[in-house]
Amino acid sequence: MSNVIVYIEAENGEAKKHSLEAVAYGAAVAAQWGGQTVAVATADLSAEHAGEVAKYGADRILHIAGASNPQASDIAQLVAAAALQTNAGLVVLAKSIAGDLAVPMIGIKLGAAVVTNVTEVPNLAHGFTVKRAAYTGKAVTEVQLEGSIKVISIKKNAIGLVENPKVGALEAFAPTMAASSIMVKEVQKQTGELLLPEADIVVSGGRGLKGPENWGMIMDLAHTLHAATGCSKPVSDIGWRPHHEHVGQTGIKVSPNLYVAVGISGAIQHLAGVSSSKTIVVINKDPEAPFFKAADYGIVGDAFDIVPKLTAALKSAM
Amino acid sequence: MKILICISHVPDTNAKIPFKDGQPDLNGIAMVIAPYDDFALARAVELRDETKGKLTVLNVGLADTEPTIRKALAIGADDAIRVNAKPVDAYFVASQIAAIAQVEKYDIIMLGRESSDFNGGMVHGMVAEILGLPCVVPCMKMDLAGDKAVMYREIEGGKEVVEVAMPFVAGCQEPIAEWKIPNMRGIMSAKSKPLKVVEPAAATNHTSVVRYEMPTQRGTVKMIPADQVEQLVGFLKNEAKVI
Repeated sequence: MSNVIVYIEAENGEAKKHSLEAVAYGAAVAAQWGGQTVAVATADLSAEHAGEVAKYGADRILHIAGASNPQASDIAQLVAAAALQTNAGLVVLAKSIAGDLAVPMIGIKLGAAVVTNVTEVPNLAHGFTVKRAAYTGKAVTEVQLEGSIKVISIKKNAIGLVENPKVGALEAFAPTMAASSIMVKEVQKQTGELLLPEADIVVSGGRGLKGPENWGMIMDLAHTLHAATGCSKPVSDIGWRPHHEHVGQTGIKVSPNLYVAVGISGAIQHLAGVSSSKTIVVINKDPEAPFFKAADYGIVGDAFDIVPKLTAALKSAM
Repeated sequence: MKILICISHVPDTNAKIPFKDGQPDLNGIAMVIAPYDDFALARAVELRDETKGKLTVLNVGLADTEPTIRKALAIGADDAIRVNAKPVDAYFVASQIAAIAQVEKYDIIMLGRESSDFNGGMVHGMVAEILGLPCVVPCMKMDLAGDKAVMYREIEGGKEVVEVAMPFVAGCQEPIAEWKIPNMRGIMSAKSKPLKVVEPAAATNHTSVVRYEMPTQRGTVKMIPADQVEQLVGFLKNEAKVI
């Protein structure tokens, strides 16, 4: 019997959706092991929202009231402490910028096998194997993890938001933590904006839009779909859009339910960042654009004509 | 100032990679410095020039990675170390880097945010944790001020300005610097720069790849006439069920 630790990333009192998915993932493994799912959260998760963490499968919630807005090294310390205290066989984090760095640190602290970007629940038939994307989306690889404890980060949609109601009450947890030697001097954050890696729907624009002044229609379409906006590498390179919107091999890799690409030809480096999307729609005036080969639905035509029409059609249908 | 840049030797990002018997078949595919490592290398060369320090490039790989290491020397690294072993997993690679860093005591250890082959994004965090050093990832800008560095670190939806005392580890991404293309003088001088081959430190990998396969192919694309966008709305709603 081994337990599963799940780290909860939270903001404004609420657990992030991708962390709730991580709870569901952890609970699925714990069920097979006959163990418990133990969530670990900082003060960023408020008591009134703890019930949502329990709803997706947390038997217990270790709550560190003394820590908030943790850096990766803080997350690593508190998760490793929780794993040692609860006799954990698996630690699960949702993929995020801070989580991505915490995962290898936890691995070293626990002497554990570590795998990032996991896309499916593990196969426990012969040891512990997981599937993950490799070669930047050009391959899927199956990886075997050795040892009595494993640390993984999961990509969005690895299991989905599966409800699995448990009692999961808050328990005070106060591990010894060393302060980070990285001093944060300034934070520049766009607020009120749907974040690209977390969004269920992403609308991206490419050079086919001819200039930054034409992004209004991309925004309109994104707002209608409750989507985040992204862009291709050339677009962020020439400064039409900020760097953090760049989707692709050297930018953000997304795996939304729906990815809409407007005026993006589909260079292999861009496809690498979107290939794990559930459904892909491509709008391009060039019928030979390589992106159509990687799409589920395509429209050949002028974006300036099609995008406003599509937004209108969506508005009347939703 | 001693700077270490660690590079991965990966297939050209434009290459289509065939898989044979569950393994990538890299025969005839051009190999390059991994793109994120290339950004880190470019900034490392600038910082070396600025501080008149020494820049060492490190790769964990067999002899076939030497042309890639020579390219980093041509771009501007002063000398190179190749740890003579297959980079079997992140822990193994991080252990090799940490073993060398423990002896050499670098002021800055730079790497790319992740390699473009295995995409683990773990080696920087592991090296830092083994050495007990702070780690900044993803680092988008790095300027030195005395014994400290001021960096831009990407966060969800924005960035932070952070300050760290040396020594530290940084996993870098654009726009930290523009990729550098080696010039003729660099290429000529790279041939005579020292490249030391060392045997690996003892370390056991914790993970192993069982097999590789191609991702599931999408079905044939459904084309929708440009004047019937409402058809697309119907498909997204009723067929794909994503809106």
